[in-house]
Amino acid sequence: MQTKRMTFRSHWLPYALIAPQLAVTLIFFIWPAAQAIRQSFLREDPFGLSSRFVGLANYTRLLDNPEYLESFRVTVVFSTATAALSMGLALLLALAVDRIIRANQFYTTLVIWPYAVAPAVAGVLWWFMFNPTIGIFTYILEVVGYDWNDRLNSADAMTLVVVAASWKQISYNFLFFVAGLQSIPMSLREAAAIDGAGPVKRFFTVVFPLLSPTTFFLLVVNITYTMFDTFGIVDATTAGGPNRATNILVYKVYQDGFIGLNLGSSAAQSVILMLIVMALTFVQFRWIERRVQY
Amino acid sequence: MKRILMAGLLASAATSAYAQTEVTWWHAMGGELGAKLEEIVAGYNASQDQYNVTPVYKGSYTETMTSAIAAFRAGEQPDIVQVFEVGTGTMMAAEGATYPVYQLMADHGANFDPKAFLPAVVGYYTDTDGNMLSMPFNSSTPILYYNKAAFEAAGLDPETAPKTWAEVEAFSRQILDADAASCGFTSGWISWAQLENFSAWHNLQIGTQENGFASMDSELTLNGPEQARHWENLAKWQKDGIFKYGGPGGGADAAPAFYAGDCAMYMNSSASRAGVMANTEFEVGMGMLPYYEDIEGAPQNSIIGGATLWVLGGQTDAEYEGVANFFSYLSSAEVQADWHQFSGYLPITQAAYELSQEQGYYDQNPGADVAIKQITLNEPTVNSKGLRFGNYVQIRGVIDEEFQALLAGDKTAQEALDALVDRGNVLIKDFVDANG
Repeated sequence: MQTKRMTFRSHWLPYALIAPQLAVTLIFFIWPAAQAIRQSFLREDPFGLSSRFVGLANYTRLLDNPEYLESFRVTVVFSTATAALSMGLALLLALAVDRIIRANQFYTTLVIWPYAVAPAVAGVLWWFMFNPTIGIFTYILEVVGYDWNDRLNSADAMTLVVVAASWKQISYNFLFFVAGLQSIPMSLREAAAIDGAGPVKRFFTVVFPLLSPTTFFLLVVNITYTMFDTFGIVDATTAGGPNRATNILVYKVYQDGFIGLNLGSSAAQSVILMLIVMALTFVQFRWIERRVQY
Repeated sequence: MKRILMAGLLASAATSAYAQTEVTWWHAMGGELGAKLEEIVAGYNASQDQYNVTPVYKGSYTETMTSAIAAFRAGEQPDIVQVFEVGTGTMMAAEGATYPVYQLMADHGANFDPKAFLPAVVGYYTDTDGNMLSMPFNSSTPILYYNKAAFEAAGLDPETAPKTWAEVEAFSRQILDADAASCGFTSGWISWAQLENFSAWHNLQIGTQENGFASMDSELTLNGPEQARHWENLAKWQKDGIFKYGGPGGGADAAPAFYAGDCAMYMNSSASRAGVMANTEFEVGMGMLPYYEDIEGAPQNSIIGGATLWVLGGQTDAEYEGVANFFSYLSSAEVQADWHQFSGYLPITQAAYELSQEQGYYDQNPGADVAIKQITLNEPTVNSKGLRFGNYVQIRGVIDEEFQALLAGDKTAQEALDALVDRGNVLIKDFVDANG
């Protein structure tokens, strides 16, 4: 492949061209991140009237705190379940659309809609449907003989946030899966069909392996999503309860920082989250590079 | 160009027309209460032309307080912010960020007599020297509401509220047996009503250092055998269907359960009265909080909740002039009596209480004086004059969490209370550490 290289005659023009982008990155990403790192070494009163350097105390306190470690465990459960559910359902829907010849544009549009719903609104929707007193699903479950109560039952609460968070993410996953499926050459599937492979066998031996780059990409994106973008959903449905059963890391950052006004600890938690996302991004880029290789 | 000139002219015209001093007030009163608050402010603005107060609704109490703090850090703070009682510790510790009300009123020569306020209310917001740091605005105390129709259907006297917890249990069973409702009682604010007020009402210590009033460096002592007994009962009653948990914080599910007639009794703030009256189709009776007869000293007196107005530092003298002027208006007997009668919040001055009596308000609205009678039932003791701890907003959250653990059957009442005291004490230590 031929590499294209553009050269600028003047020295300042390229810098001027990237300056806006750099400014945005500096102001909205680097600067707040630096603030968080600085803050995480400080102990400060809420009003910012006094502050002092405490070294790693905010971090050691966190790692000694069983509540924080519990929040880690909750996050792992939540992320895994949400990623699995939303990707599984999205793949099913994508396969279904892939087989439809007529009106698949129409279905695609319908499935994308939830993505446009703000997390807090999605949370409120599900909160209503599963409300122990007035929820429609609560009512249906009662008919089936299950006493749903996400206010007290940890498993119910976790199910609720997982369902709400997955529902919102299905659209996104669906789009990528549809695109991924379309890029698989028809000839491969036809060849497998001629060799006598049924639809299930074709899926597992041909389609799914060829879809793996998409799947992996989505896995990383979904885990990042569940760890950072689900704040609104948790806040609107369970607010981290009952008894911290759905208190995921990003929600704890909010609770300790914005409700508890313990900025040092909250900043330290943000920094830990930042490290996690950096690790995830690193993994993702490595993988995508590998994919390009083969 | 012409347009810019026009805009400039308009702007200068606007400033000369409004030579008033702007005073901003961030508050947390939504719904009917918010509308009433705006009406009061409009009344003030119309009463004079020197100052213009702008009320801004900032969401829940927590949201209002945290946004005011964030605004302060950014130098964009309002003049007045409404802070709930559990945020008092945080606000008091922030010397320099606030302008104590007693000082503000003195500096600006406003007509102000701290003695005019009800001691039960004002005691909560004074420093150790007896100076009033914030302006009481909306104070309430939890009381018991009951569904008279359900009482009647169950063969109970609709004019008699249960007095003791034994009666609450017996009445509930009778109501359930008669199928007059599907649950006996529910409660908003578990932390406030079923633990803090429970303790004060039974004259039990909430924390060391006079419940935190004497020093920030205090410890919670809410895990006594009496509190454990009550929580154990609540858990048992929840299993029996006598009690229905309304959720953490204010208990979002409690009010609808009472309104819909599911639960025959409901404990919540006296200020829930407006909502109860607006949303129920049956007749509602009111009574004092229940107590355990065999606990010595009960019933003592209940303690308040609600919010006060804090004045933030860093504003101009003219604005403080306006704030002082507005506060005088706000605490006048007429305004207070009107606010009290509309909302169910306590009348915060003696004059407002007397005016309401003169106006015959309590005769026309039986039960409306339950709150004030309950809060002044006895001379407050060290255990029952209130509480003040650092990081209390979070401790309230801890109380909810431990109560949920109890109801879920993960812990016994004693274990839950021990855990909440331990966790709460860590938070108090943290606060002392950060503000020390």
